[in-house]
Parts: sequence; structure tokens; C-alpha cells
Amino acid sequence: MGTATRPDAPSAPAATAPRAVEVRGLRKAYGERVALAGVSLDVLPGEIVGIIGRNGSGKTTLVECILGLRRADDGRVRVLGLDPQADRGRLRALVGCQLQESALPDRLRAGEALELFASLAAEPADPRALLAEWGLTGHRRTPFAALSGGQRQRLLVALALVTRPRVVFLDEMTTGLDPSARRTAWGLIDDIRRRGTTVVLVTHFMDEAERLCDRLVVLREGRVVGRGSPGELIARHAGQTRVTFTAAADVGFLRAVPGVRAVERTGGRVIVRGEGPLCALVGAALVARGLAPTDLRPVLPGLEDVFLALTGEEGA
Amino acid sequence: MGAARRLAWVEVKLLWREPLTVVFTLLFPLITLLVLAEVFGNAREVDPVTGEVFYRGVGPVDYYVPAYVALAVAAVGLISLPVHLAAYRERGVLRRLRASGVPAAMLMAAEVAVALLVALAGAVVIALAGAVVYGTGAPARPLAALAGFLLVTLTFAAVGLLLGAVLPTARAAQAAGLPLFLVMMMVCGAGPPPEALTGPLAALARGLPLTYAVRVVQDPWLGLPTGWGALAASAAFLVGCAALGLRLFRWE
Repeated sequence: MGTATRPDAPSAPAATAPRAVEVRGLRKAYGERVALAGVSLDVLPGEIVGIIGRNGSGKTTLVECILGLRRADDGRVRVLGLDPQADRGRLRALVGCQLQESALPDRLRAGEALELFASLAAEPADPRALLAEWGLTGHRRTPFAALSGGQRQRLLVALALVTRPRVVFLDEMTTGLDPSARRTAWGLIDDIRRRGTTVVLVTHFMDEAERLCDRLVVLREGRVVGRGSPGELIARHAGQTRVTFTAAADVGFLRAVPGVRAVERTGGRVIVRGEGPLCALVGAALVARGLAPTDLRPVLPGLEDVFLALTGEEGA
Repeated sequence: MGAARRLAWVEVKLLWREPLTVVFTLLFPLITLLVLAEVFGNAREVDPVTGEVFYRGVGPVDYYVPAYVALAVAAVGLISLPVHLAAYRERGVLRRLRASGVPAAMLMAAEVAVALLVALAGAVVIALAGAVVYGTGAPARPLAALAGFLLVTLTFAAVGLLLGAVLPTARAAQAAGLPLFLVMMMVCGAGPPPEALTGPLAALARGLPLTYAVRVVQDPWLGLPTGWGALAASAAFLVGCAALGLRLFRWE
């Protein structure tokens, strides 16, 4: 694995590295509505980069412009050094994608679909192996219309991979999958990356972004409002750590503990907010006063908090 | 198998699995032919007063068999092909194909191949029905008739691609294709004989591709002199619609 795949990967790729995807100053408006207001983005080979943002923040438009399915009003896009508008033919075999709002003919069988899309590549993956990996072996002869939502989704992801692309775009890959299928899908994405494929993941699921992505780009109203590794974003934007426990006694003394910013109480429940190794210090202070609550635990800020902080609360 | 051939093969298989549109496409001209043939018989018609000749000087059944071969071709181009393409667009199948870099020309070629197959089936059904039920003969110039059939099939495939290129949904394609088909059927020589049309109807007919398609199939089939004008008009519709269709084609 390259350096970019470590958890402590740099928030921005080195200026000299060759890029799998390079986007500069991308703008796109649909009439009056601005979908992209100058987006720049770099993806290094072998990285998994996540694009997150609320509905309508421009994620899908961005991916469609990168794929050459939409023409941007302004800006520059390069995928593996090629212009997706001018070099569509050459990019065909190098790029795979799974898009929202796309479907297959009702009567097309899963196996036929994979074989059809495999025929577009010079050295495709083995359709049967892909069916097995994505848990569709028993559905090789099942028509698309008869597949469940999750099975369709897995088939569409498998179609994105059947040409052995060097860069693959997955838009809401795990929507419609049950929890166990999502875990399986995550494992398969890990495998793909291990083989050197670059992945651009559009997702709504923060656990998925945290689990899979080396770096994240947060979009809001067509602009990038945050970028970095999940850890960096959490450290930068998620705010304070919290520690909670239950205690009847007055715990005002905790305000003197280093790093503590606030102590709140709702009924028997105490919430301590602050920074640093809060849980250990609060625990030590409690024990020193003879208090040992059994439910003392830290509530670590997560990507969810970053998402809310950067993209605005609902209705904001 | 290459991608283009595999796509065409997949389209043929899908057609086979969903035969309803094909059945309509083939059954409608067949039933109409049988009814008209039953009503008009196969005696040549000459107006006793004016001496005007109807049905281009042949018996009605002889006239209608090649005309309905052309009509079956028109049904493919005006109804089944555009509805199919528009449904693909509506459902996001075109989006999926495009995202994988399937060129528009490859898709069009597959659709034309399927159209040829369905039209051929239609032609065989019509010719056999004429021969079996009314004893109509084989085409007088078989190779020329086949060439004419191929030309008009390509012409109507191009018309269908144009309609399918611009109509956004399957419903829209149906709403546009069905009336076009019925109007063409009535005025282009597949309904009343062309000699019976009034001036305005004849003028309308001159602007519609089925008028020429009927002639292009009839001339070699009935052993009539080759109508170069009809051939040229058919070819012009082919080139014009194909160029416009490829230009206006939208994936989404």
C-alpha cells in the first residue's frame, strides 16, 4: 500500500505526484441554480477519496462532470491525465462507475449483463468470479427486474468493476444494502484498492466514509467546505470531546480538572465537555473523591459531527 | 464476441423474452391484410365510366401483400423502435450504457439489427399469409424485392431512431408513433388505393415515407417498372433521418 493509504495520510497530495483525478475550478449551473461553484479536487493513484455532502450539494454533478457525462461551464478535469470530454474512447476501458438512477433492461439476466459489459474491455475480469464475490452466483440467470434492491445494487457495482478499471466511481454504493451486505461491500472495496484501483466514493453514510476513505471532500452548495483525512476532519471540525456518567453527588469540582470546559447535568446524568485526555482525567478526579460511576464513558466526536458542523444542521 | 455484436445479440434475446410489441407489430398488418383481402377480393378494378385503373393495375390482394410488407416495416420504425429506445432512456438504461462508454453508433447499430429481424419476420408472415390464403405469387423480381425491402427497413429504422432520439418517454413515443402510423397507413397506399385519394390527401402522402416504401417494395414484387423516384425519396428519408437522429440523440 502506498503512503496515501495510511490513516495519517496527508490532507493534500504532494504537488508533484501524478494524479488519478485532477479537478480545477469546476463550475456548473443548471439555469439559475448553481450546482458547482468552483470545485477543485485531487485523487492520487491507489487512494480512496470520499465525497460527502447533503442532498443537492453537487456531489453527483461533480462525479458526472469528472466522468464526462456532463459538460462543465468552466474549469478543468483530467482523469489519468486524459480529458473526459475529448478522450472518452480511451477512458472507456480505464474508468468504471456505478451511478444513481441507472438501470438495466427488465429481462436482462445478471450474468448476461456482466458478460455484455465485460465485452467492452480488452482484459475484463471474470464475470463468474465477480458474481461470486458480490454474492450473486445463484442469480446468474435471474432477470434484473426479479432481483431485490440490494441485489441490483451489487450487480451495478460489479458492472462498474468488470472492465478492471484503474479508477472507479461509486455513487451511493451501499444504499439499499442490509448491514451485513454493507460490511461485505466494504471488504470488497478494500480488496479493489489492494489491487491498486483508485476509488472515488460518493456517500451519505459517515461510518462508511470513516471506514473506507483515506481522504474526504465535504461539499456544501457546490463548494468544498472541508477536506482531509477522517481523523484530521474530526480533530479540526468535530468540536469537543464529551464524557458522561451518572452521579447523584455534586461534581462541580470537575471544573478544576485540566481541559474541562463545561459540566452539565440533566437529572442524574452528567456531561463533561472539554479537550485532551478528558476521560482519564475526569475518572481520576472522581476516584480521588471516592466516586466510581460504572457507566463513565467518553463520547468521541465522529464524522457525523463533522458532517453536521460543515454542512449545516437540517433546516439551517 | 465483440461488444457491438454482443449488444445486438442481447437486444435480440430481450425481444424474444418480451414478444408483446412484436406480436402487435406483426399481427396488426396481418389482420388488416386479411380483412381487406376478404372485402375487396383479387379482381382488377377499372372504373367503367372513366376507365380509371385502381390498385396500380393489379388485383387488390396482389396489391396489398407487398404494401403490407412495407406497412409491417413502418410499424417497426414508427412504434416498436421509438418506444423501446424512449423506455430505455426513461428507465436509465441509456445512462448505464453511456456511463460504460457504449458509443451511440453501437447502440443504434444494435437497434437497426433488431429492427431488420422483426421486419423480416413481418414480411415473411405477410407473404406467407397472402400465398396460403389467397394464392398470391412470389415476388416477380425476388432479389430486387429483397433489396427494396432492406432499403425501406433501413429507412424506417432511421425514422424510428429519430423519433426515439427526441421523445423523452415511452408514453411520448407511443403518443407520437401510433398516430403517425395510422395516418401513414390510411394515406400512403396501405389503406385506400392511391388512385382514390383526393388532392390534399395525395399531397400529404407525398410528404410521408411510407408512400415511397410501398412503391419500393411493390415495384419489383409485382413486376412493375422500377420507380426511381420512390427509391430516391426513400434513400433521402434514410439519410436525413439517420443524420438528424444521431445529431439529436440524447442519452438522458
